[in-house]
Amino acid sequence: MQSVTHIFKKILLTFVASVFAISFLLPTILTVANSFMSQQEISSNYGVIFNQYGETEYGERNTDYVSEKVNLKFIPDMVDVSQYSTVLLKSPEYLMKFWNSVILVVPIVIVQIVIALGAAYSFTRFRGRLREIIFFLYVALMLMPFQVTLVPNYLVADWLHILDTRWSILLPGFFAPFSVYLLTKFMRRIPESLIEAAQLDGASEWQIFTRICIPLCKGAIASVAILLFIDYWNMVEQPLIMLSDVDMHPLSVFLSQINTGEVGIAFAIATIYMIPTILIFLYGEEYLVDGISYSGSVKG
Amino acid sequence: MSNIEETEEKIPYKKTSLSKKDKKNAAIYLTPSLLGVLLFFVIPFFVVIFYSLVDNPINKEFVFFDNYINIVQNSSFQQAAKNTATFSFVAVPLAVILSLGMAILLEQNIPMRSQFRTFFLSPMMVPVASIVLIWQVLFEYHGVVNEWLAVFGIEPVDWFKSSYSQIVIVILFLWKNLGYNMILFMAALNAIPRDVLEVATLDSASSFQIFWYIKLRYLSPTILFVGILSLINSFKVFREVYLLTGDYPYDTLYMLQHFMNNTFRSLDYQKLSSGAILMALVMVVVIGILFFVENKFGKDVEG
Repeated sequence: MQSVTHIFKKILLTFVASVFAISFLLPTILTVANSFMSQQEISSNYGVIFNQYGETEYGERNTDYVSEKVNLKFIPDMVDVSQYSTVLLKSPEYLMKFWNSVILVVPIVIVQIVIALGAAYSFTRFRGRLREIIFFLYVALMLMPFQVTLVPNYLVADWLHILDTRWSILLPGFFAPFSVYLLTKFMRRIPESLIEAAQLDGASEWQIFTRICIPLCKGAIASVAILLFIDYWNMVEQPLIMLSDVDMHPLSVFLSQINTGEVGIAFAIATIYMIPTILIFLYGEEYLVDGISYSGSVKG
Repeated sequence: MSNIEETEEKIPYKKTSLSKKDKKNAAIYLTPSLLGVLLFFVIPFFVVIFYSLVDNPINKEFVFFDNYINIVQNSSFQQAAKNTATFSFVAVPLAVILSLGMAILLEQNIPMRSQFRTFFLSPMMVPVASIVLIWQVLFEYHGVVNEWLAVFGIEPVDWFKSSYSQIVIVILFLWKNLGYNMILFMAALNAIPRDVLEVATLDSASSFQIFWYIKLRYLSPTILFVGILSLINSFKVFREVYLLTGDYPYDTLYMLQHFMNNTFRSLDYQKLSSGAILMALVMVVVIGILFFVENKFGKDVEG
């Protein structure tokens, strides 16, 4: 009897987990599936939803459409890559937006980590009252939402005359405190004895930093890089405030403004936009999990 | 959190007094970062405080709290603050409970656990901008969700333009954030000492008793941490709302960041700065609670 209830429990739990898993995966799968439909198929499936904007703006709804139905399909009638060929070959402006995202995100990830490694090393090696206060400042700053940090950032960008240039997003990104926080937490795990042994062997601070701490932090650097990339790849707030020139906007902002007549293309672009983060996820899930696990506290 | 950190807390570090040379070295490694933080965040923040206390940036006449009184009485600000608070109030408890449930589910003896973890975590990797189209398909008036509801005889709901609209955003928020919280809980569950659990099992404690009396006690700091982290994340929910509905969403979706963005457009420095400072004060209280709780509970469980 015991084993029967046991098996029953196992089946029930697996079922619950599957329901969760499906609802987590569904939006992503649907987006990808829709990107392989032809424009005609998209229009016939979703015409009800997306056409009305073009006709009535925000006012009353076009009642002619009420009887029509939305068809949510997982598998296209016919796999069609015409959306992709439009995006990739005929409309360079979409690729330009993708490139806009890349040149904002990649430099921020690299420079922020380089600067943070130094700061984390300093926070790891040298302790004291002042250090605790500065570290607290970093953590508090990291937790502040954009409503708070964007106003100061905007003022500085204005003083430096870099508004409407990419520097207004890049520079605050270079110095954002998130990687300092996480790398400090990782570096503190390095046994003190290892560093002391190196000191006895006559290693300089620079040698301890570059030959011991950085190599031991390789995994941590990967974790931080992944978390940073996901975060900045998603950026919306900064470009809206800092860049009035729509041509410089990253794809994340642009996707929300895409013309409703081009829903098919939008699905293809949305899919292209997920590719980098999904590849990183598939390749570095363990690093990501490590990084999250370490973020589970504000203590230095 | 204390559980995860237990091992690292135990690494002894000597409180040696630093020599002058060491202090200089410490400063060198921190300098680039600290200069940047001061220039881009701290110094302008003081300017923001100054702006919030004067009548305008050119005249610079002190008006003390007039700007704050104005913004608190501003109906858009009130609406935005109310909506943000309502959203947090609903979304945060759900985020904590559901992610804890998921973490416990993955602890059970079920097949394909690591695949399930991957699936649960996958929304984190998908940019919000990529799935807003599908969200519109699902929740539009003519959308799929209403069709499903119709099967049960439920009248269609105008999800984006009614008092239900926050539900859509709560679902999106949960979809995106549960995975992250789940990992935090999984790490905390892993850190519970095995021998404590073994002793309980030998004493024939039921699995519910083990959960209620042992696991929850060890998890309590993490539960608080995840709660506060979710609260902070819930203040950032503007991104999702903006991508779904644009600059001027339905009334109940008008968030604090909408208010700030629209104020940026008119460059009303008084409103902007006093709004930012008010928000910062709220955050300082939240962060203060977080630190207090960590210090108190962290020691409690370890000791």
